[in-house]
Amino acid sequence: MKITEERVRYVADLANLALTGEEVGRMVKDLDDILTYIDKLNELDTAGVEPMAQVLAEQAPLASLREDVEGVSLSNDAALANAPLSGSGHFKVPKVIER
Amino acid sequence: MEVAKLTIADIRDGLRARRFSAQEIASEALRFAGAENPKTNAYLRLCEDRALTAARTVDARLAAGEEPGPLAGVPVGVKDVIVTQGITTTCGSRILEKFVPPYDATAVQRLEAAGGLIIGKANCDEFAMGSSNENSAFGPVRNPVAPCRVPGGSSGGSAACVAQGTAVVSLGSDTGGSIRQPASFCGIVGVTPTYGRVSRYGLVAFASSLDHIGPFARNVDDAATLLEVIAGRDPRDATSADVPVGDYRAAAREDVKGLRVGLPKEYVTGLESDTGAQIQKGVDKLRELGCEIVDISLPHTEYAIACYYIICTAEASANLARYDGARYTARSPHTQTLAEMYRLTRDEGFGAEVKRRIMLGTYVLSAGYYDAYYLKAQRVRTLIARDFARAFEQVDALVTPVSPFPAFKLGEKVDDPVQMYLSDIYTITGSLAGIPCMSVPCGKTGEGLPVGMQILTRHFDEAGMFRIAGAFERAGGFAV
Repeated sequence: MKITEERVRYVADLANLALTGEEVGRMVKDLDDILTYIDKLNELDTAGVEPMAQVLAEQAPLASLREDVEGVSLSNDAALANAPLSGSGHFKVPKVIER
Repeated sequence: MEVAKLTIADIRDGLRARRFSAQEIASEALRFAGAENPKTNAYLRLCEDRALTAARTVDARLAAGEEPGPLAGVPVGVKDVIVTQGITTTCGSRILEKFVPPYDATAVQRLEAAGGLIIGKANCDEFAMGSSNENSAFGPVRNPVAPCRVPGGSSGGSAACVAQGTAVVSLGSDTGGSIRQPASFCGIVGVTPTYGRVSRYGLVAFASSLDHIGPFARNVDDAATLLEVIAGRDPRDATSADVPVGDYRAAAREDVKGLRVGLPKEYVTGLESDTGAQIQKGVDKLRELGCEIVDISLPHTEYAIACYYIICTAEASANLARYDGARYTARSPHTQTLAEMYRLTRDEGFGAEVKRRIMLGTYVLSAGYYDAYYLKAQRVRTLIARDFARAFEQVDALVTPVSPFPAFKLGEKVDDPVQMYLSDIYTITGSLAGIPCMSVPCGKTGEGLPVGMQILTRHFDEAGMFRIAGAFERAGGFAV
């Protein structure tokens, strides 16, 4: 096994997912299958090969920053329009700091 | 007027000759889509007001003697991962079921400025994660050619609406094959341009270093027209490239005599014999048209899927962190604390495949595993890109199958994620290298299922790709 139930619960915690007991069991099997397949990459010696962060990096300066000019951005109302809960121009969430 | 068979050229001529108005096309396309959609579930919603408003603008321009634009009066489907101002955009997910975007994607702005009519938002796998459209929270899409089979994914709805004739062209998105594979399964043309050719502004992010927007069409000329409209530098996407957009329609009319076309020997893994035989016929046709066929090796092909599923899940785990219950409409009603708001909202809102990918991505990026997985995959990605660069020193283009097999049955692969991932084997390599790739119809299997041939060229050489696609289509004998 590449991955344990304990590890799945730890990763779910990092990902902010509240997996049910049933989901955890299924996830252990699926991730184990996928990680076993992915191990194939270890057949390759990649010492000295540059990792690719951007596919067109060698084609610079094709991708570039825009000019720093003022433009129109979303209004506060538009930005909040999809909020499940908002007030006073802000997104509202449950209390962050418990007393 | 039979909307299901119209080409962009037919519409252009018909509008100019006053045989019909853009409003008549819009009304008829909406009526036809409403009647046909229950057969496939290709659209999640139709956009009556938007299409009719756009059509009125086109008719007004025509009445005033103005040039109405290259897509004037053309019914277009838009994948539901591409945002449309004021029109619900769900990404095929419960978590965005009620999300109404406050702005338009650049591709949407451009196609409407060119006179296009957005008929509806097309169904897709949740957040574009899938190869069969079975991961949509709003039901699967059926393949118009064979209704018990999948249309492919993740842009299954975008492919199905064009194949079914309820749109003339559509926009899809492709991260690892999500335009090319459904195009091949439904027997139409699908184009994944060079990474950076089309702005991603307004494409809901799945894996940012791999995401593309591209066209579906029933013929090469229509695909070229739509690509010309949506392509080009956009200051709102820093990865969009400042490279002049070519005349792809003209390129598609050139002949292919003397072009060197490579046939990668690694693209036979899992290849079903019927599909292989059709591709062989396609290659023979290219040879007949004057192409020189050259055997090529892309030695790192077998590592592409493993590489891809590390990179795309890592990026997805970061991109999908934004669905936190605070900003995008959905919040679990059962939350007391902030942590519960995050966790329960995400658990209730995401489907199984999305959770699987977020979990895998979080795992490969977690402390102690980053070097072994993510960094390793980025190094392998460099090797895969170099394979293509070397191949293009010898040839002008590559030709391969799009998928090892034709459209499979609904439910056939849904319980085995690894098997589902392996179906993307021929499309993922081009995605990792960021080169232009497209699927063109290449006849049918003995069972009557469409086969797609993939054409790949150098970065920003869409013209070269369209040149081969156009000549192949004109030669005839492979339409589905």
